[in-house]
Amino acid sequence: MLQLVLTIIIYLILVVPMGRYVYHIAAGKHTFADPMLDRVDGVIYKISGIDPTKGMNWKRYTLSLLGTNAVMIAIGYLILRIQSIPLFNPNGIGAMKPALAFNTIISFMTNTNLQHYSGESGLSYLSQMLVIIFMMFVSAASGYAACVAFIRGLAGKTKDNVGNFFSDLVRITTRVLLPFSLIGGILLVWQGVPQNFEGNVVVQTLEGTYQVIAMGPIAALEIIKHLGTNGGGFLSANSSTPLENPTILSNLIEMYSMMLLPGACVITFGKMMEDSRRSRMELKAPKNSLPAARKSITEKLFGREGRSIFLAMSILFLVGLSVCYWSELQGNPALSAIGLDQSAGSMEGKEVRFGIAQSALFTTVTTSFTTGTVNNMHDTLTPLGGMVPLLHMMLNCVFGGKGVGLMNIILYAILAVFICGLMVGRTPEYLGKKIEGHEMKLTALGIMIHPLLVLAFSALAIATAAGQAGITNPGYHGLTQVLYEYASSAANNGSGFEGLVDNTCFWNITTGIVMFLGRYLPIVIQMAIAGSLMKKNFVNESAGTLRTHTFSFAVILVFVVYIFAALTFFPALALGPIAEHLTLWG
Amino acid sequence: MTDTSKKKAFLCTLRQSVTLTLVLLLLCGFVFPVVLSGLSSIFFPKQANGSLVTADGAPVGAEYVGQDFTEPYFMKCRPSAYHYNTYYEGSDGKQYYNDGSEFAGLSSGSNNYAPSNPELAKRVEADIEQFLAANPGVKREDLPADLMTASGSGLDPHVTPDAAKVQIPALAQASGLSEDVLEQIVADNTTGKLLGIFGETTVNVLGVNLDIAKAMGLVGDISK
Repeated sequence: MLQLVLTIIIYLILVVPMGRYVYHIAAGKHTFADPMLDRVDGVIYKISGIDPTKGMNWKRYTLSLLGTNAVMIAIGYLILRIQSIPLFNPNGIGAMKPALAFNTIISFMTNTNLQHYSGESGLSYLSQMLVIIFMMFVSAASGYAACVAFIRGLAGKTKDNVGNFFSDLVRITTRVLLPFSLIGGILLVWQGVPQNFEGNVVVQTLEGTYQVIAMGPIAALEIIKHLGTNGGGFLSANSSTPLENPTILSNLIEMYSMMLLPGACVITFGKMMEDSRRSRMELKAPKNSLPAARKSITEKLFGREGRSIFLAMSILFLVGLSVCYWSELQGNPALSAIGLDQSAGSMEGKEVRFGIAQSALFTTVTTSFTTGTVNNMHDTLTPLGGMVPLLHMMLNCVFGGKGVGLMNIILYAILAVFICGLMVGRTPEYLGKKIEGHEMKLTALGIMIHPLLVLAFSALAIATAAGQAGITNPGYHGLTQVLYEYASSAANNGSGFEGLVDNTCFWNITTGIVMFLGRYLPIVIQMAIAGSLMKKNFVNESAGTLRTHTFSFAVILVFVVYIFAALTFFPALALGPIAEHLTLWG
Repeated sequence: MTDTSKKKAFLCTLRQSVTLTLVLLLLCGFVFPVVLSGLSSIFFPKQANGSLVTADGAPVGAEYVGQDFTEPYFMKCRPSAYHYNTYYEGSDGKQYYNDGSEFAGLSSGSNNYAPSNPELAKRVEADIEQFLAANPGVKREDLPADLMTASGSGLDPHVTPDAAKVQIPALAQASGLSEDVLEQIVADNTTGKLLGIFGETTVNVLGVNLDIAKAMGLVGDISK
């Protein structure tokens, strides 16, 4: 318990400077590394013929994002199909089949990292580097770019300029992802994660038998996997393997890597909104005539609007963590029935070095921050313990993946002000803009896509023989396996109830479609909302304006998120994990 | 915008997308892993190459990967769906796990049995019976849960101190070493929580078995 509290407190201390740094990058302000990195960026811009000062409107920006992602998909697919060439391929891995390559490339470009192959036998080192590691950088950078453009739209400094996509993509890569990966990567090697280009090693054991041990550029993949909230492992058992995650310290490094940037995006949002508000106030009144603003410490650190969003996310996160940790501590009654002591909790599928506490924490973090890496097998979690990761992917806004999590919760925030507006009978406002019919239609659409994808495709899988063939656990748990797979795809999470036999044509193609739609439809819709809000004039705060920077708004937001989840997902959850819990404990 | 200028803008964006993709492909997908490999082989050469442990100069395993031990004088790891990728070569030239089933090639993972899956209880029951037969004097209720359940990776190099302790009497009998010596060996291979707070207390099984082999005189020099 103490280690959970301390881990989270350290996170809160680390996320503040990180948020400040990301804010400086997003707002184009000075950072300490500029003198060197501006030159690196300059070279990249020059080669690619990019003018970073040239702004784009939201349509142009979104099209650039989609176009660049399409080019990356094409190149990545090609490499997967020809990976059998003897270049960085000491283990002699063959080419990937078309349906699997389709699934894999969509999966990595959309920041999902759902894996239907197993890393040991499915990918050569060439693919691990040029496809997987590369995609881990650029898919994270794309999500971040979309988020920054979205925030710029909401801050509304101009009527149509949301920034330059290419410049955002480059700046986050050279200023955050690459340097942090290099430092984090070295720390992981220090802890015992291999990093080499040798083939797998076969040793003769003390008993005269043989053991084959995986090698390769594991640390390089491992660090960006977490930093970019990607989640696809080098090996099939992902970060539960001692090769990817050998010690408790490597576990903490990996966990903080995935938690820092999504949290930093919220702070960036808060600070940029604050800037915009201040410049509006200064326009209205000369600087020295304004009363000295008294700010609380949290307001200074997170920004007014960022604070309530961060608080709402934290409440959702802590509720989930508590349920998961408590449930795993209870153990498995089916094993106590055959006389195995369960006082240490449910240890099936967990590593001794992480135990129950760090496993439950990692599980909640990986699905809240939609990374999808696992340090224990989620399929073996107790029913309620396994419901938490499933639920957090269904909510898809508890911090969320790099950038997109913030964009999702803003939709919920708009919904929350709308509902509150209906209650008091006033036109809702958010961030100083009126929320009207056009935005509400887009918001409703954006929120509905996710449950629609998850539930419709789950229904399809259960209704067809090809879908049912993947289920490996009997009873209610089988339904949970299916739900989990599509929730993970639609939320671009990528973790799995790994028992599912998913490398089949049906599963490869349906999850591929879900990942694709689950990533790009919301981004387009959210950008459209930002584009529409930008064009509006700011309204003055009045007595009837709902204050969105308060504690009570955070609580309202939490309830809106839970109510919406209950209305859409509760029947499915009742038939899956809840029914399994009742039978197991009944 | 006229059609030609639209087309021109499209081509310009396309060119930027393609070249930027190639530049980032080179930078992130090639330069980064190569630079990281270079730096790690300078600063942490042992870890970068897999932290192999050796006995009499030859590698016998990796510090962070468990193994499937069968000899009665060696401590056992937790059950593994892939038997820790440990195999022997049969007389027919094929490779088999220690239990006689065919080696599936390098893998990691677990059976992924749900808590409610009857196969889980069946597997655990079989493992309990096997363990109790090999360790007479141990009672069923004294068994620590981790020793009878599979890890997530199937490669877990550790057991809990309780799981090490429960094996000691049988190990002492089979190895001829005294229980005190074995307890000392276990203590030598035990790692506490980080700063006394984070993680769990663990016993490295391969480390224990290397020390047992050395104490029994099976091997000379060991390096861990």
